Amino acid sequence: MVSRVPFYTIVTLLIFTGLCTALLRHVQLGIPFLPGQQEKVWLIEARVDFNAQNAPVLASLDLPDNPPGYAILNELAASPGYGFSIIENDGRRRGEWSKNSADGAQTLYYKAQLIRSKNLDTELVDVTPNPQPVFWDGPEATAAEYVIEMAQSKSSSPESFTRELMRLLLNPEPGQNTGLLLANQPPVIVMDKLLNQAGIPARISMGLQLEDARRRQSLVPVIEIFAKDRWLVFDPSTGQQGLSEDILLWQRGSNSLLDVVGGVNSRVSFSMIEQTLPALELAQTQFAGQGFAWLGVHTLPIEEQSMFKLLFLLPLGAMVVVFMRIIVGLKTSGTFMPILIALAFLQTSLVLGLISFISIVAMGLVIRTYLSRLNLLLVSRIATLVVLVVFLVSFLSLVGYQLGFSTGMTITFFPMIIIAWTIERMSILWEEEGPREVVTQGGGSLFVAVLAYLLMQLPLSGHLSFNFPELNLIILAIIMLMGQYTGYKLSELRRFRAMIEEDKA
Amino acid sequence: MNWVSPFRLAKAGILGMNCRNVDFIGRYNLRRFYPLVDDKLKTKLLAEEYGVATPTLRFVVKTQHEIGHIEDRLMDLNGFAIKPSRGSGGKGILVIIGRKGNQFIKSSGTEVSIEDIRRHLTNTLAGLYSLRGAPDVAIIEDLIEFDDTFKGYSHEGVPDIRIIVFRGYPVMAMLRLATHASDGKANLHQGAVGVGLDIATGQGLKAVQFSNPITLHPDTKMPLGDLKIPDWKNMLLLASRCYEMSNLGYIGTDIVLDKSRGAQLLELNARPGLSIQVANGKGLLPRLRHIEKIRKPHRLADDRVEYAMATFHSQGI
Repeated sequence: MVSRVPFYTIVTLLIFTGLCTALLRHVQLGIPFLPGQQEKVWLIEARVDFNAQNAPVLASLDLPDNPPGYAILNELAASPGYGFSIIENDGRRRGEWSKNSADGAQTLYYKAQLIRSKNLDTELVDVTPNPQPVFWDGPEATAAEYVIEMAQSKSSSPESFTRELMRLLLNPEPGQNTGLLLANQPPVIVMDKLLNQAGIPARISMGLQLEDARRRQSLVPVIEIFAKDRWLVFDPSTGQQGLSEDILLWQRGSNSLLDVVGGVNSRVSFSMIEQTLPALELAQTQFAGQGFAWLGVHTLPIEEQSMFKLLFLLPLGAMVVVFMRIIVGLKTSGTFMPILIALAFLQTSLVLGLISFISIVAMGLVIRTYLSRLNLLLVSRIATLVVLVVFLVSFLSLVGYQLGFSTGMTITFFPMIIIAWTIERMSILWEEEGPREVVTQGGGSLFVAVLAYLLMQLPLSGHLSFNFPELNLIILAIIMLMGQYTGYKLSELRRFRAMIEEDKA
Repeated sequence: MNWVSPFRLAKAGILGMNCRNVDFIGRYNLRRFYPLVDDKLKTKLLAEEYGVATPTLRFVVKTQHEIGHIEDRLMDLNGFAIKPSRGSGGKGILVIIGRKGNQFIKSSGTEVSIEDIRRHLTNTLAGLYSLRGAPDVAIIEDLIEFDDTFKGYSHEGVPDIRIIVFRGYPVMAMLRLATHASDGKANLHQGAVGVGLDIATGQGLKAVQFSNPITLHPDTKMPLGDLKIPDWKNMLLLASRCYEMSNLGYIGTDIVLDKSRGAQLLELNARPGLSIQVANGKGLLPRLRHIEKIRKPHRLADDRVEYAMATFHSQGI
């Protein structure tokens, strides 16, 4: 007996490969397993207003660059008459609007779609920055030294020092020293100064508080300190390390948020709304050209994609046929004819497809009876049938069109040659075995076709087979496993029942 | 509903289609030997080589232009059978038992003209009756004059005996009688009567039509119970020798009994059907497994037949 080990190894390998690739692509590329999954997207609009003074205008806005916890999906600028470009310089991104000459109130828009992402860390920085020199007025200098000493006594690292310092400054009942420091300046400035004085490189960055449907918002300051080769973010309003989830870090470092040359009274304000987008669409825009993306068929032109959409459904149909024939034991006319019919149903819709298929085959059978009297050679007879089927289909399409069915054209999706052969086989079956067998086999074929159609038209199977073609490996494994089935078919439980019942009697 | 549990089928040793295909046909029948049995002409020539008796071959029609003057060659034949060489399931077999003027008389009694015969030959050559519609040749052979034992037992058509031969051992046999319902054909699913035969004696065991037990022939009303095949051992020998001839481990042999020439091999089948179990009221599986377990199979057909007759009697496995 041949060893079954290699067979089962192959089957296991197929299932394993299919599952793993699908999982990997799900995790890495974010392709959802279920169709119609939605994901939240923030649409943020920055609006720049200024008054131009009849001179060349150059407005430059700092843009978010890889903000922690968010990823930019797409961005665009809308400003009539202005040239726009995004300039990356020294790791900083700025959007620049320019116009030869402008006068009066000007409004510029920058829009970006952002989604939450998992990378919460800021990127590593190679060059360690130096703490900035700090200057205090006489009494404030002493108070500052005292506060730093207090914080240092309760901390062991730059992070814990920062936390401790912020706790001191945010204390609702400030001590004498902190009170003096906070008297003339906002807490954020004081924090920044104290940190730099304590020898920790620190800077103020600007973040945007995300809240659905808010307009005319401005940026809120956050503190960043440099430790462990990267900038760490602290929220100065709470004193916590890290950003709260709804803050988008817009501007980082100490460069200006907005520069306008050739204009006055410039200001920038933000509005935002929360949108939902299909997760699948997101995955495609976000991860195009990354990692396992080449495995998907999304890289192909749309026309080829729609072909693959059908092609990748074929294995499912094949599995249905194998199941119905091996396990159930249904008779069909032509082994895989049902799949082709099912594919045609996908294009025509079920009821219309069934009606047109049955009427074409029925009319074909009538014509075939006449053909058999003509005593034609087989090949010529089939060819005659093919031509006649073409005419029948066109005729049906025309009638359908006149009756107002828009599906007229879709009937042409039926595989003509297959239909011609079906008619030929059915007709021979009719002559040799009688109409009963024609109904049995024809009905069996249609039943399998409808079943395969019902499975294939499920949004889930369409989604999975198209976005995870590797899952077809699992179908392949199942088909191979069914090929090893030596048990009884369902139909045999009926076929041999007489023998068993007789024994009993 | 009228279903039985698969466990009871297994207990009765019924061989299912999937099990037959995977465990027996797939394992014991090598693909490259199939053409020998799928092509009746090849089978016939091979049988002659091995001294296995078959109906006399008159001539072969291979090309379309031969059909034009076919009447000259049919002139001196009174009764004959036209068969597609690669037909399956008894399709395309035309049996002419005599003439009436210019007309030919079919086994069913209806008359056909030479034109009908020409069309039949054309269809055959074009591959209408062959597997997958491949072009075919038609063989014209002598009519079988069946033995008197079967007088009254067959309505039209020749009663033939199907013997399943596994590794050279005849394991199960049945007699197939054409009926009016089966239109002279000997296939059980078309309505022919199947009579299970005791391997040990050739005695009829039980008869079925459309899976239902019957006692009388539905057309001629002859009792089926007391049928006994004459010269039974020779018939088993003929079947057993087909194993060496075809190199196929699991075959169905179709044998007819000619009045004057004795047992004749009609055709071999590499995928014999399962209804033989219904006609015998017995599952094939225990017998097949028994043969599978034989370590040293007998070399000679005689020994194999002796062994089978001693082992597979109606009271045994």
